[in-house]
Amino acid sequence: MDHALPMIFMALMGFSMLVYVVLDGYDLGVGMWLQLSSDDEKDIMISSIGPFWDANETWLVLGVGILLIAFPVAHGIVLTALYLPVAMMLIGLIMRGVAFDFRVKAKDSHKPLWNRTFFTGSLIASLAQGWMLGKYIMGLRTGWQFDAFAGLIALCLASAYMLIGACWLIMKTEGDLQRKAERWARRLLPIVAFGILLISVATPLVSETIFNRWFQLPQLILLLPIPLTTAIVLVALWILLKTNSVLSDRWCWVPFVLASLLFILSSFGLAYSLFPYVIPDQMTVWEAASSPEALKVILIGVVITVPAIAGYSIFAYRVFGGKARKLVYG
Amino acid sequence: MDSLNGLLLARIQFASNITFHILFPAINIALAWCLLFFRWRWLSTKQLPWLHAYRFWTKVFALSFALGVVSGVTMSFQFGTNWPGFMERTGNISGPLLGYEVLTAFFLEAAFLGIMLFGHGRVSERTHLIATFLVAFGTTLSAFWILALNSWMQTPAGFEVIAGKFHVLSWVDVIFNPSFPYRLSHMLLASTLTVCFLMAGISGWQLVRNKHNESTAKVLRFALTVSAIVIPIQIFVGDLHGLNTLKHQPAKIAAVEAIWNTEKSAPLVIFGIPDEQQKKTHYAVEIPKVASIILTHKVDGEIKGLNEFGDAHPPVMPVFLAFRVMVAIATAMLAVSWLGAWFIWRRRSTPPWFNWALVAMTFSGWIATVAGWYVTEIGRQPYIVYGLVLTKQVASNTPPAYIALTLAAYLSLYVVLIVSYVAVLRHMAEKPLNDSPNPLSTREEVPNFPASEMRT
Repeated sequence: MDHALPMIFMALMGFSMLVYVVLDGYDLGVGMWLQLSSDDEKDIMISSIGPFWDANETWLVLGVGILLIAFPVAHGIVLTALYLPVAMMLIGLIMRGVAFDFRVKAKDSHKPLWNRTFFTGSLIASLAQGWMLGKYIMGLRTGWQFDAFAGLIALCLASAYMLIGACWLIMKTEGDLQRKAERWARRLLPIVAFGILLISVATPLVSETIFNRWFQLPQLILLLPIPLTTAIVLVALWILLKTNSVLSDRWCWVPFVLASLLFILSSFGLAYSLFPYVIPDQMTVWEAASSPEALKVILIGVVITVPAIAGYSIFAYRVFGGKARKLVYG
Repeated sequence: MDSLNGLLLARIQFASNITFHILFPAINIALAWCLLFFRWRWLSTKQLPWLHAYRFWTKVFALSFALGVVSGVTMSFQFGTNWPGFMERTGNISGPLLGYEVLTAFFLEAAFLGIMLFGHGRVSERTHLIATFLVAFGTTLSAFWILALNSWMQTPAGFEVIAGKFHVLSWVDVIFNPSFPYRLSHMLLASTLTVCFLMAGISGWQLVRNKHNESTAKVLRFALTVSAIVIPIQIFVGDLHGLNTLKHQPAKIAAVEAIWNTEKSAPLVIFGIPDEQQKKTHYAVEIPKVASIILTHKVDGEIKGLNEFGDAHPPVMPVFLAFRVMVAIATAMLAVSWLGAWFIWRRRSTPPWFNWALVAMTFSGWIATVAGWYVTEIGRQPYIVYGLVLTKQVASNTPPAYIALTLAAYLSLYVVLIVSYVAVLRHMAEKPLNDSPNPLSTREEVPNFPASEMRT
């Protein structure tokens, strides 16, 4: 049990981060599309994420919280090494989060300013998260090739957020905005596909550990389902976006599910590449873990509360299901 | 010297973030319960002013919540960036407490907030009321866990230290540590007063600017009545909290009272300028023997002075000043709320000069709350866990330049946000009510809850 505990918490942390990236990913993606939309569209776009963003961001707090409480030593090292990008991300998230409320409550003449703040905050947070992910995969090493890699991941993650954001809008909106979102998604998909390919090539080139993990028999064959499924999902998404049926109520939710699948598959690939390290090539989950007594106490809470959280989150999503309408205070 | 600068910068950065953060929970913990009350009054009386009050203050709640969330997320990162050693040593205690806050409170608030704010018409009144209750419950539960951890850092209990790391012996002792009940009640009451004076201040502003609406009178009566009842309780609880501190953290009390040397029949210093170099208080205005009477309930009671603690005592000046700011505001609150309650209940309205006084007191709760936190947090220095772990032992080795850079960025952002927040409150207060399409006809079924069910 004591040996398994750190792995359980690593899985929990990975799960929280994955949920965060999908959920706040579409929020941030929608935020980045704001710049390309009319004022009325902005209201609808933000209404579509308004009731959810708070809870979505909480998954980040849980993910970082688990890192903090289950792997305190790693938390210190990771956050110290990523000090500046963490600060950038936080500033981005602050700008985005407060703009939600200020834009509708401030004077009308200030609304464009808060819309821009919303966009800028979303962009900064997405790029910073991508940068940190890139640095993290590379074991927090410094050097131009690692920085270039982190820059690449930053652009790819922001594009992926914009893709899932566009897919969210296809699901939650109708009319012109929905058609616009479909065009956005279609234009972005090749870029995201190219990004995934580039990362798949660059990662083993820059990291020897990851190269050895993947390019060995029989692992390579056993792992083939991951890239293959990713390719199938990309093609399916492409075909679907080419047809107009995606605009119908019957199919409009499929692109969002496929885009989420892309995130899930990438995270499987990442998990395989990194396990059992909590800091790549430096520190394993067992070396970083808190004492089993504390982990057990937290685990009890997790086992009881996470199903409840899942339950009432689904309830909240159902309450605001269907096409987004303008939000009014009751 | 460099590491010392780094430590000081890290402390200022953390302090500025936590100061910015507490402003919004200080409003929202109590405001959530007020909203539940307003909603329940509207449902049971069907008087429109209650609905208008609910709608207006829901907007304030949403805005404050957003500011609280984003600064709270920032804090969850700064535990690691600023105090990496804290978690390494006390992770077995602080980890579960923080973890339970996220799991039981954070998600609850965040998930039901959407339904509370925008769910009207999508869910039944009953479900909406339950969502509002869960948000209120979540904010209070959040305060419970955070104050349990903070109090444990002040008066640690229920643990043993093995090889520099803390291990739990009893969770009941850890959570219900000696200062926790006092700190929790003090903070919950502080939140109540903060929101009451905010409500009274905004109502006062609407009256002096002649922008009041039908709900202004109801909100003002509610705010003044509640604060008039709560302020004496708060002063009483604050006194108990002080006695508890004297027992467990005598160095903090010595700094609060600027008692340099242990003495019997210590005088109460009303004001003065403490000088740590010369170990005396300049220009002191004193009342003989009163400090001993207040703190020990004996005329010749002995109070330990700062001389007993060597270097292990907090900086005197900030603790001394912050405490006096807090007490001065509490006194003003007592006067204003009692006078206000008298006006409202005897004369049915408040005179214009008094409305200006209310406006002046709008953010008094913020100042008192922050001053109180400065007393307790600066008063804990030089320790992070009182008597056991020094703050400098757990600081990070981040280059001071990085800390200074991000500190400047955070500070400018916070100043802009506070100014925007106050400006938006003013704008909202002056905006006429826009009656959304006849709430009485679009309303869904209104269940009748007994009052007792609402307050649990």
